[in-house]
Amino acid sequence: MARLNEDNVRLAREIIGRYPKPRSATIPLLHLAQEQDGYVTNEAMAHIGELVGATSAEVYGTASFYEMFKFEPVGKYLINICGTMSCALMGAEELMHHAEERLGIHMGGTTPDGMFTLERAECQAACTEAPCLQVNYRYRFRVTPQNFDDLVNQLSSGQLTEEIPQHGTLTVTRQHIPADRGVGAVDPELVTEGPAWLDGKAAL
Amino acid sequence: MTTIDNSADVAEMPEPDPNAVSITINGKTVAARKGELIIAAADRVDEYIPRFCYHPRMSSVGMCRQCLVEVEGPRGPMMVVSCMTPVADGQVVRTDTPQVKRAHEGIIELLLANHPLDCPVCDKGGECPLQDQAFSHGAGESRFVEEKRHYEKPIPISDLVFLDRERCILCDRCTRFADEVAGDPLISFTQRGNNTQVMTFPDEPFASYFSGNTVQICPVGALTAQPYRFKARPWDLEQRESTCTTCSVGCRTVVQSSRDELLRYQGVDSDPVNWGWLCDRGRFNFQSVNSEDRLEHPLVKSGDSFAQTSWSEAMESIARTLRHASPGSVAILGGARGTNEDAFMWAQLADAVGITMRDAQLDDGLPTDIFSYPQATIDSACAGGTIILLAPDLKEELPVLHIRLRDAAEKKRIRIIEVSATESGLTKNAWRSVRAESGTTSAVVQSLLADAQVAAQLSSGPVVVVAGRGNLAESASHTMSAVDAVVSAVPSATVLPVLRRGNVRGALSVGLAPRSGADAAAILEASANGRVECLILLGADPLSDVPDADLARRGIAGAKCVVALDTFLTPSAAHADIVLPVAAYGEKDGTTMNLEGRVTNVVQKITARGTSRADWMIAAELADSLGHDLAVTTLADVQKKMASTVPGFGATTTSVAIKRDGVVVSVSSPVRTPLSVASAAPRNSYEFRVAMGRKLYDKAVGTATSPALSNLASGARVTIHPLDLERVGAAVGSNVRVSNAHSSVVLPVFSSESVPRGTAIVPFNQPGADIRELVRHGESVIDVRIESVS
Repeated sequence: MARLNEDNVRLAREIIGRYPKPRSATIPLLHLAQEQDGYVTNEAMAHIGELVGATSAEVYGTASFYEMFKFEPVGKYLINICGTMSCALMGAEELMHHAEERLGIHMGGTTPDGMFTLERAECQAACTEAPCLQVNYRYRFRVTPQNFDDLVNQLSSGQLTEEIPQHGTLTVTRQHIPADRGVGAVDPELVTEGPAWLDGKAAL
Repeated sequence: MTTIDNSADVAEMPEPDPNAVSITINGKTVAARKGELIIAAADRVDEYIPRFCYHPRMSSVGMCRQCLVEVEGPRGPMMVVSCMTPVADGQVVRTDTPQVKRAHEGIIELLLANHPLDCPVCDKGGECPLQDQAFSHGAGESRFVEEKRHYEKPIPISDLVFLDRERCILCDRCTRFADEVAGDPLISFTQRGNNTQVMTFPDEPFASYFSGNTVQICPVGALTAQPYRFKARPWDLEQRESTCTTCSVGCRTVVQSSRDELLRYQGVDSDPVNWGWLCDRGRFNFQSVNSEDRLEHPLVKSGDSFAQTSWSEAMESIARTLRHASPGSVAILGGARGTNEDAFMWAQLADAVGITMRDAQLDDGLPTDIFSYPQATIDSACAGGTIILLAPDLKEELPVLHIRLRDAAEKKRIRIIEVSATESGLTKNAWRSVRAESGTTSAVVQSLLADAQVAAQLSSGPVVVVAGRGNLAESASHTMSAVDAVVSAVPSATVLPVLRRGNVRGALSVGLAPRSGADAAAILEASANGRVECLILLGADPLSDVPDADLARRGIAGAKCVVALDTFLTPSAAHADIVLPVAAYGEKDGTTMNLEGRVTNVVQKITARGTSRADWMIAAELADSLGHDLAVTTLADVQKKMASTVPGFGATTTSVAIKRDGVVVSVSSPVRTPLSVASAAPRNSYEFRVAMGRKLYDKAVGTATSPALSNLASGARVTIHPLDLERVGAAVGSNVRVSNAHSSVVLPVFSSESVPRGTAIVPFNQPGADIRELVRHGESVIDVRIESVS
């Protein structure tokens, strides 16, 4: 657990190949690292720097801008409960208190078994479905304390493994763009045609 | 009434410059050029616009918003950021309206909201742009009554630089500098919004050779340099403008002192040279001048130790030796670490007495023939065309020249073709970077010249050869022959000689160049053979600097009498019979010459240590006691004499010479001696060929005696390719024996993919076992065996 493993290095090189400049691949590679280890390790950031031709400090500077990259281990399931206006009015505070009691941790904490991390989140753009939360960025709407307990039970017993992969996995099925569809390492200024996947349609 | 016919004038009127634009700033008409920024145009006409992030030597980012001005637009005046807005013809700019003033006050208030008001204990207080501009452009009061943001007070981000995040105003100057100028983006903005902070990667310090510049350009007290922290208040500092003589780039500096002690050097923007930047070695080695270990009195050897003596006795003793020795048996080595005046007076003394054996280099540079080619300047090299690098790693040896060339390459003005034994700091910026193992430099250059693509590139514009001793384990003739090959192929090519020591070119130019081929190596050989009665070392330390350690040892031991003029008791001075303490940098006035031949002044800021004197005074007095009146009593006399004696130095008598940018002196070309390149013997595959280069931080006296720098040296080591390491069967960091027929040394081994197979990279003059034991002057290359010792 540290640097990208062999499979991921192969994938990383493929991803880098899709961009005119290697360092454009920094963020996709950070996701890859987070998928591998559940969070972004220092070793992975250094490795990404080597792969895209940036210093570790530059990778860290980019990564730390984004809330969704974690630099400390988090639980297998990261539960973000929205605390912004609509959800607050519809009982988010009570839901948070309940969640803290149910899991025995404070907001921001992780359960000792490494299963759950609780976080308070800003608006998740589901105000009509308040109060809402996300588990590894998958929505749950109009959540009551009872719903929350059910959710935790289902996650604990593995019933939702199909639907909600562990923290760090963005999509269950990885998109693969055939190599011949990539632009390759050319100067962005020199690209005059739309990308191949537009099938000849104008870019804009 | 007279009729005026303008038609003739009209016909002769030159085409209007398409890039010229005229704008108005606060009612003043300002001639500007397309692409120029409003803030730069305003600076030229002394209309000051407050700013924090804008720096004329870096790209604009518009981070701080302090430089807001009003520009007339179609819908009336609008606020624009003057460091991001280019001038346009007819533009009307106002920097003094109530709206602008309100904006300036607002930004200051915003910046101060989280800024601790710890000015009384802040090193920047008194020279702080935030403090100054809060007074000149702020409202004087803040509405912010809440708790300010808190961070751990200063944290070290490198061995030399401390960061206080509470004081930081996020102007992006240090991070921009690290990325754009130094090319070491080891600091970056991290986090976001209110939590944004400048930070290194965890456990990876901001170990840039240029880190001190970030402290100088920080517009607040967020970055402070360890050697200066809490040492003085700016208003207690006195300063004089001078030139750094740590290496031969000749960066312009101010030397600052308080209570007769040097406390800080700051970079000064000299357009043709350093653009305001300094390397950390040049910036922080003022500590060496203040060192406790400085020599203060003349010393005379008695038995195995030294006894303090008086100047008159020491001088009389030297004079007696010189009187009894035949001039042909006296030799002078060194002079490259002093001023032109020092070197000139010693050359005058040598001429008067008839001493012919002299050399300002220590067999670690190039023959003076390098000056016989048409010469380039830093500016001409950076202006465009192709650079052929046949030089040491400039980042390690001439760091600010590295910055200049890197800038020109980054901006795609020049293309760099590098020929070197291993990768250098400029390899990433090179158009072509070719590995040449020791002994093949010339052949590699020949084959490059035959390459059609390279030939096309070379014929596309000016060609400058940056030539220095890239590899101390390869005879200088290989570099010279490579330079010759380029100049033969491209007759219009010019040469920028990059010899290392501060005033090496000056010393060689004013009379300390070897006569009839008797260079330092020949002199030491003669001395080893008992043919030197008196060896005079002018700030020279052959035991540390001559690549062939054995030759240096035999040379020093063979001289009947060794006289050393130095600031410290160096290893060579320790073997001297008489040691004279001399004034260090900052303790004497004079001039120096940089690698381009540019003459600028160096100044005295503090009293010379103990009884030490300038070298030139010693030469004058010695000549006098030997019965030769050199007719000088003051520095001005020396300079006058130098100007009339040394061709080209006439220009330095004018006041121009002591101005910031100096004058480039063209010294008449010496006759070039025909080259004989020693061919390297073939080697068997179990051997490694050594490449030896210098690192910025080594055992050099100015570095080793500066506490802030002395522990930054990497230490002696050998670096080979990972596959070679496997073959040797040693683990990274373990000891290996490096041996050849002459000697063997045990060094820790490291591996790097940047080292070609079969090459062993060993840094020069590092603490630890000395690879120079394996070097012999007469041998063109050094082949060694490497075995694991376990």
